[in-house]
Amino acid sequence: MTAPPTTPNAPANSEERYYNYAYLDEQTKRMIRRAILKALAVPGYQVPFGSREMPVPYGWGTGGIQLTAAIIGPDDVYKCIDQGADDTTNAVSIRRFFATVADVATTEDTGAATIIQSRHRIPERPLEDGQVMVFQVPQPEPLRGLEPRETETRAMHAYAEYGLQYVSLYENISAFGRIAGGAGYPVLIDERYLMSPSPIPKFDNPKMDMCPAILLFGAGREKRIYAVPPYTRVRSLDFEDYPFEVQSWEQCCALCAATDSYLDEVVLDDQNNRMFVCSDSNHCATRRAQGHAGPMAGHSLAHLDEEPAQ
Amino acid sequence: MAYVAVKGGERAITNAHAWLAETRRGNPAVPELSVAQIREQMQLAVDRVMAEGSCHDPELAALAIKQARGDLPEAIFLLRAYRTTLPRFGASVPVETEHMAVQRRVSAAFKDIPGGQVLGPTFDYTHRLLDFKLAAEGGVPAAAPVADETMPAAMPTIASVFAQEGLLETPAVAEDAPEPFDLTREPMAFPAARDQRLQALARGDEGFLLSLAYSSQRGWGSTHPLCGEIRMGNVSVGFVPEELGFEIEIADVTMTECLMLSGFASLDGELPQYTTGYGLTFGHNERKAMSMAIVDRALRAAELGEEVVAPCQDSEFVLYHSDTVEASGFVQHLKLPHYVDFQADLLFLRRLRKEQAAARAAAATTDAMKEAAE
Repeated sequence: MTAPPTTPNAPANSEERYYNYAYLDEQTKRMIRRAILKALAVPGYQVPFGSREMPVPYGWGTGGIQLTAAIIGPDDVYKCIDQGADDTTNAVSIRRFFATVADVATTEDTGAATIIQSRHRIPERPLEDGQVMVFQVPQPEPLRGLEPRETETRAMHAYAEYGLQYVSLYENISAFGRIAGGAGYPVLIDERYLMSPSPIPKFDNPKMDMCPAILLFGAGREKRIYAVPPYTRVRSLDFEDYPFEVQSWEQCCALCAATDSYLDEVVLDDQNNRMFVCSDSNHCATRRAQGHAGPMAGHSLAHLDEEPAQ
Repeated sequence: MAYVAVKGGERAITNAHAWLAETRRGNPAVPELSVAQIREQMQLAVDRVMAEGSCHDPELAALAIKQARGDLPEAIFLLRAYRTTLPRFGASVPVETEHMAVQRRVSAAFKDIPGGQVLGPTFDYTHRLLDFKLAAEGGVPAAAPVADETMPAAMPTIASVFAQEGLLETPAVAEDAPEPFDLTREPMAFPAARDQRLQALARGDEGFLLSLAYSSQRGWGSTHPLCGEIRMGNVSVGFVPEELGFEIEIADVTMTECLMLSGFASLDGELPQYTTGYGLTFGHNERKAMSMAIVDRALRAAELGEEVVAPCQDSEFVLYHSDTVEASGFVQHLKLPHYVDFQADLLFLRRLRKEQAAARAAAATTDAMKEAAE
């Protein structure tokens, strides 16, 4: 389903709004914009910022929400996804937040959006020049799992001392025969800063390399913003003899027959019956509208995302 | 089907919130709690919400408790999210706790101290027996008897008792001190100076600080604390508006302050003195103020040349993990769908099992062939 951009019910007059446009006060927005500019100027570097308490809990997208609030305007078209889907509860909740506080048009159509806020996925449709992708980041520090101290990891970034990360990948190989890590796979930005791409599956990592869109990452609880400017090299760490590889499936999408999208596994019953469907709900719906049909086309799951948009 | 449940739409959210509102109200045959009742009769809950919410407003704290169905961390979160939207028109002048209108003041260091020991409204020495009369009758208790002598307007502090001899470290008051660090505007930074640390502890989760203080007492970074003084009462809050240029009183707030005496040290070449830890909270909250004072002192380990060996002495460990709102949000974000990451894990695990099963089967075949050949 490719829904046209919808304009939510705007307040009858602006005086009825209890909060500033896009919730944050203008001073806070300016503070965040300065952090964004610094992040774009030093790609992959984590810029500390005075993250505010937001009306949603930490860990639920406060960093992404602050980034969006700082850059959004009435002419924007906003898309929000979680796990690739527009209809997951937290995505619905955040989209409704901006529809209310920023009077902004929302869409599920990846191509029509100017700002795409996401948790855990990059859409399948290639991002374009002029689009901004806002990632919600639970843990901005790629080295945190290896070194719990912020004072240490900041020094490691300052010296580009990433040996520990390579040792960890090597330990994977000796333990499992290959590099583990399915999501949040570390990347090197422009051959300088090691960066966490947020917990997107490594399937999405190649989409960041030389991407025409601006990629902004916000970690509210950890109070960090970082960015990848357009057309920047993004390299997933690997070894010559153990090259980086992405996930693949033996099945195609059961609904739209896509063979090149990230698939979710849906448990159908307790008899080990499963179906695999596109994680990117808009990608899947668009393909179905174009006439593509998978082996389970017409399954009730296909109708779920036809719930009327807000 | 489970999958439908996680694909909740806007309708599901709205309905869930309607159910929440209904549950919050409870049985409609039972009279509704008013915000005033919570403010007056659940004062200590209100105090905790104001302290960890970093916002002194008993009315709003009581409203938050009502809205949160009595879940104090949720109420603290509500108050914080409101506080962050407020305009800032300046900072108060430091409150003078030595001029506190004391309701309670005790010292464990001396049998008697100038001003006397004042028990005040305390749970201490109550026998923790459920009072079934309270369930049956309620009503208004008889007024507490009033002392014959009035208390001094300014109760001398424990520090003043030691002042003559110089037995107690006395931080110098800098007239031109810089603006204190503000965690609500700036991210945590390390090394953390004491202003940043005390702010984090004052906002920190009471249970977390209590456990840390307890761990210190049990030897995990012991500070050998002695309760120099704990005082609770009202202090006036002064503010100097730019337009006036002189101080006016803008509020009268209840606070609890604790000074822990804790081990000797020779600071800056001085003779050995007692070192101290400091705790201060909004409202009446001795558990929090005492815990805070012990943890503050434990975190001075590096400054005082002690080896940092225990969690309570480690600034990064304590300060990064003390905030209720941060901790509660992040732990509970695990409720959000993670099926994309989980699918990546599943793919990896299945591939690993397939490969290892194949390797074992191959090894078994080789062994069987060897045995057959023998």
